[in-house]
Parts: sequence; C-alpha cells; structure tokens
Amino acid sequence: MQHTTIQPNDILAKAETLRETLSTSFRDEMVKSLYSEAEKIAKRAVKTVQEKKYDLDQKIDRLVTSPITGLPIMLILLGIVIWLTVSGANVASEAIANVLFGIGDGGRALFNQIGMPWWITGFLWDGVYLGLAWVVSVMLPPMAIFFPAFTFLEDLGYLPRVAFNLDWLFKKAGAHGKQSLTMAMGFGCNAAGVVATRVIDSPRERLIAILTNNFVPCNGRFPTLIMLATVFVAAAFPPALTSFVAAGAVVGVVLIGVAFTFLMSWLLSRTVLKGEASAFTLELPPYRRPNVTRILYTSLIDRTIFVLWRAMQTAAPAGAIIWILANIHLGDSNLARMIADWLNPFGLLLGLDGVILLAYIIAIPANEIVVPTMMMVYMGAGMMVDGPGTSAGIYDLLVNGHGWTMLTAVNLMLFALLHNPCATTIITIYKETKSYKWAAVSVLITLGTAFLVTLLTASFAHFMGWV
Amino acid sequence: MTTKPTLPTEHCDSCPAFYSLEQMGFKIGNFDRVVALAGNPNTGKSTLFNALTGLKQHTGNWPGKTVTRAEGGYQFNGVRYKLVDLPGTYSLLSASQDEEVARDFILFGQPDCTIVVTDATALERNLNLVMQVMEITDKVVVAINLMDEAKRKGLEVDARSLSRDLGIPAVPVTARTNEGIHTLLATVADVISGEIITKPLRVEGTPEFQKAVRELVPMIEGIAPGVPNARWLAIRLLDGDSKVQQALLSGELAQRVARQKQAEVQFSRKMSVEGRQ
Repeated sequence: MQHTTIQPNDILAKAETLRETLSTSFRDEMVKSLYSEAEKIAKRAVKTVQEKKYDLDQKIDRLVTSPITGLPIMLILLGIVIWLTVSGANVASEAIANVLFGIGDGGRALFNQIGMPWWITGFLWDGVYLGLAWVVSVMLPPMAIFFPAFTFLEDLGYLPRVAFNLDWLFKKAGAHGKQSLTMAMGFGCNAAGVVATRVIDSPRERLIAILTNNFVPCNGRFPTLIMLATVFVAAAFPPALTSFVAAGAVVGVVLIGVAFTFLMSWLLSRTVLKGEASAFTLELPPYRRPNVTRILYTSLIDRTIFVLWRAMQTAAPAGAIIWILANIHLGDSNLARMIADWLNPFGLLLGLDGVILLAYIIAIPANEIVVPTMMMVYMGAGMMVDGPGTSAGIYDLLVNGHGWTMLTAVNLMLFALLHNPCATTIITIYKETKSYKWAAVSVLITLGTAFLVTLLTASFAHFMGWV
Repeated sequence: MTTKPTLPTEHCDSCPAFYSLEQMGFKIGNFDRVVALAGNPNTGKSTLFNALTGLKQHTGNWPGKTVTRAEGGYQFNGVRYKLVDLPGTYSLLSASQDEEVARDFILFGQPDCTIVVTDATALERNLNLVMQVMEITDKVVVAINLMDEAKRKGLEVDARSLSRDLGIPAVPVTARTNEGIHTLLATVADVISGEIITKPLRVEGTPEFQKAVRELVPMIEGIAPGVPNARWLAIRLLDGDSKVQQALLSGELAQRVARQKQAEVQFSRKMSVEGRQ
C-alpha cells in the first residue's frame, strides 16, 4: 500500500474495477448459498417431536380466509364490534352527560351566588366547561368500548386475515394489498394509518394508501356517526330494534367509506399515480392469545385517553370561541347566529345547515368534535333545552328546534365520513411525503368528495320530494 | 478466535444472586451500551422490548406493526443499556422505508450488540436475516423466541446445535412470559465484554470474490480506522449499494466510527472508576 492518503473516490473506483472481475450474478449466488446454509442449519436444529393430526389455526384460517365465508365473517365481526359500541355507549353517554351537565349547573349557581360577573361565569361554565362536557360525554364511551374490541382483534392476529381477504379488491384498484392493513389502522386513528403505510415498498402505492386513508372513519369520528345513527336513523324504528338499526347504519357508513377507498384508489392509479399493483408476500401469523392487561392498557391509556385529551384541547377553546361569538350582540341577533345565517344557504345546498358548517370551521384543528361544537352553537344561540344529554333531548333540540330532517342526519354522517383529515393527520401526511403538494391534495380530494356527495344526495332527496 | 461455551444454565434464570435487572423505561440519557433488537416481522421484538424496558410499546399480532424505531433503557448487573427496537425485516437489502430504518441502525448506529429475535416455529426463514446481520457485525446474539408456540406445534429447537452452526450464542426465550430473559441478557453482556467470542459463519464466495474483498477491506479501514464491518461494506460496494457509497463519500462513515471509539474510552474509564468489569 502506498503512503498517500486514500480518498473515498479511490475506493469507489477500485470497487468498480474489482466488480468487473466478478461474475455478474455474484450477489445472487451468495444469497443463494446463504439461503441453503440457513436451510441446513435449521434442519439440524429443529426436530418435529410429534406430528399434529390437524392444526386448529389452519382450520380457522380456512374459514375466515375462504372466498365464500371470509367476507361475511368480516362483516359480522365488524357488526358485532359496532353493535357492542352503540348499545354500550348510549347508556354510558347519557349517564356521563347527566353528571357533567349537573356539575355545570352547580358551578354556574355557585358563581352566581358569590357574585361573579356574568361574563366570567358564562365564559367558563357555558363556554369552556360546556365544550369539554360535550366532548367527554359524546366521545369517551364509544372509544372506551371500540378501542379494546379493536385491539383484541389486532392482538389475536385477525388483521392480516383482513388483508388477505381484501387483497384482490385492492389489486383491482391498482393499489397494494397491504393497504388493507393501513386502512384497518385508520379505524383507530388516521394519522397512525398514514404512518403505517411505511410497510408498503412502492412509493406510488404508498401514496395511494396515504391519500385514501381518511375515507375510513377514525375513532374520533365514530362517536359522531354513532350519535347520529342512534338519535335519528334508529328513532324511526321500534325501541327494541334501536341498537341494531343504529349499528347497521354505522356499518353501512363504514362500508361506504371502504367503497370510497377503493374508488379513489382506482381513480388515482388510473390517473396521476398510474401503475400496476405489485406482488407481495403476506404472512398469516398464528393466532395468539391476547394479553388482557396489555389490551386494556394499549386501548384505554394509549388510544382512548390520547384521542380524548387531544379532542379536549380543541374543545375548550372551541367552546370559548362559540360563547364569545354568541355573546357579541348586534341588534337583536348575535355574531354566531349571523355567521350561521350567512353560511346557511350553502349548508342547505349540501343538506346540512349554517350552524353545522360554522361548527365544522371552528373545529377544524380536530374536526372529530364537530357534533359537540354544533350542539354548543345551537344551545349558545339561545335555545336551552331540558336534559340535552339524552337522545330524546337532542332529537327535540335538533328536529323541533332547528328543523333537522333525516336528510340532515344522513348527510352529516356522510360529511363526517368524507371531509378533510384532521390537522394532526395533515401534518403527518406532510411529514411522511415531505411534500406540501400531497398534503394539500389529500385535503382537496377528501373535501371535494364530501361536498360532491352531500350535494348529490341532497339534490336527489329534494328532487324526489322526500324533504 | 475461539468460542467459549460460557452460556449460563437455565437454572441461573431463577437465581436472584446471578442477575439484577432494572427496567429503566425512558431514562436513557446516560447509557453505557447500546443493544439493538432486530428480527423478522411479528417475531415478538416489541414484546421483548417491553419486557426489558418496562415500557408499553404498542404490540400487535401482525407483521409491520413497528415502522419506526423505539428506544428504551434497562440496567443489568450495574451496566446501563439503551435498547433500540427496530422495525421487523425479512432482509437487509430491501428498499422499503421500515427495512431501511433497521439496516441503517445496525450499520451506522453501530450497536454494541444486536439481538436478532427469531420465531422458533419458522426458524429457517428467520435464519436468513440472522446470517445477514452476521455479515455486518460479530456481536450478535440470537434469541429464539416463541418457544411456547413451537412446543404447541410439536417442534423442538436445539439451541446448542444452532449456536454451534452459526458460531454465535443462541438463547431460547418466551418473551411473553419472561422466560429465558436473564440468560439472554447475561449472554449479551458477555458478548459485549468479550467473555464470549463469537465466530460468525459467513458465506465464503468464489476465490475472485474473496480476493476483491481482501483488497477493499484495508482501503476502507484506512479511511475509517477501527471500522468494525469493513468486510460488509466492501461487499456492499462491490454490489454497488448507493447508500453505502454516499456514507463513504460524505465522510459520515469515518465520523461515526470516531464517535464510537470515543464512547468506548469513556466507558472503560467509568468502569475502572466504579471498580466493575
């Protein structure tokens, strides 16, 4: 070796020349011999003590991944999880609402008694506190039921089976089969779903998975769907059927979301993100006995509290803003009502109303709180009702007080399903794609779809003379 | 190089005099050693990570759960370890982002020891990754996880045979129930301290290939003195790996090696002051 210092470029050049002395497939050959070595070593180390006659795992897999029974079983499981959530959350939500609104009344009374200025009392109790109370009572119970159920299926090993069942559909849409895994994660949290797309190798297919992840409702948005389904859709049926109808409606909305995932993936892979679906191998891991404490910890602490805390951070200022808007009086109206009136024509065009759009705008940082925000606006605009926490109370407030119809409820469900990702998800999309363009595209696609779909359903309903 | 058969027996596992494990969670500011957890997807890396650090890294039964790397700490026999949970990978040659995270860490993060977590029920496929990690570094310990599942499937895994064939320690564990954890940690400590000298099995290749590697290795060592994986880097350069070429050109490689050596000096000083080792 000479005594001159070696430069990195010298090494690269040397490697270049040395490469030419090797056969072109030298790496393949090495990999091959590595694999055969691994095979030999494994054979020596592993002994089959007893041949199992049949494997329970395989028997179950034959059922849950069969082309005939696979999809129905998936739907049934989804239905069970949502039914559990709907029927459990309903009771719990009312109980929590009663307690929290009771505390609010007590606090307000106390403040009045000690002679606090009306605007402090109003700002704190009718603004900030009420915003928090609504979010907790609407969101906590469904999450506390849905998350453990979802985590249970995840720990059991069911998610890869879902991917297996849906693979052919994604392939038809020109997307990656693993997108069903990231889609499933989206039910928990869309931001998490976007991060999970890292398992997809091809940048094109990964981008499709990122841009369409928002079409499955995340856990923040489930409570909205559940509340609307329970209060409105199911209200038209006998009480005994309420929970089943409500669950069915939510499942229907979820399926619409999945359908939009496929549709949008298909559109993207035929237009801006052209290409063929790539092949991949997917392991079906053995079913594992879920660890109950781990499930409860993950689902309640990591997921439920995390999502709820995030929602509360937006709900408190949102409550404050609404109270301020409702208490800036201009003539015999107030600012909140004026903005809502101004937005109303556009809202009605979409089968919604001005208040819903105002609530949606205020809640943009965490738009899963659009329903609690909306309730605040309705109430803040001067409509107090008895026991607003109960289904009947909400129904009365919205239908008799504010002219809601079945169309309003259905379109709000569709709007909540399709509208733009929350701020956290948008930021995550930017971080994962390192591109403002794709982050913006994700907003435009979803918002455009939401407006278009609600406009179509509203026009159709008006045309048919249903509303 | 010789392999010293100093694997503790399984009875040591339950003997409190033998070990002291303290979970340190996120307290990883002042660690002495870095240990990486690699392995195929869904072999229980995150479960093992949680068992060692006391953290609650999210686990789930599907391949691809961990896509970023998680870090936590544990203290074992007075030495503080930083444990890095890597995304599961089938190989170290692929292009997807989660696999790159794993590979870059083993290569450039230069952990003091890498534990490759394997699935006892699918050992053959798992060994492919083990052998690829062994190409990068000598400091490897195989954890044969999911021993309970293997048993249920009627499989018996001979850790000794595996250890002998691979030239590195292999420790059977069941991360979910903490079985074999202490043996694993003791083995990791011994590999780091040099108590156990590994002799990893490596694919030799053709004579021309060996010659090419022999010529490149001293050049790489010249530019980054003390680099522990010059052979692997040479192979990657012969293969035309752009990532490695870049690390070489930008001087990142030399920097990393220098930083590593500095840490080494600090650690020995600390150990001599405290009278351990």
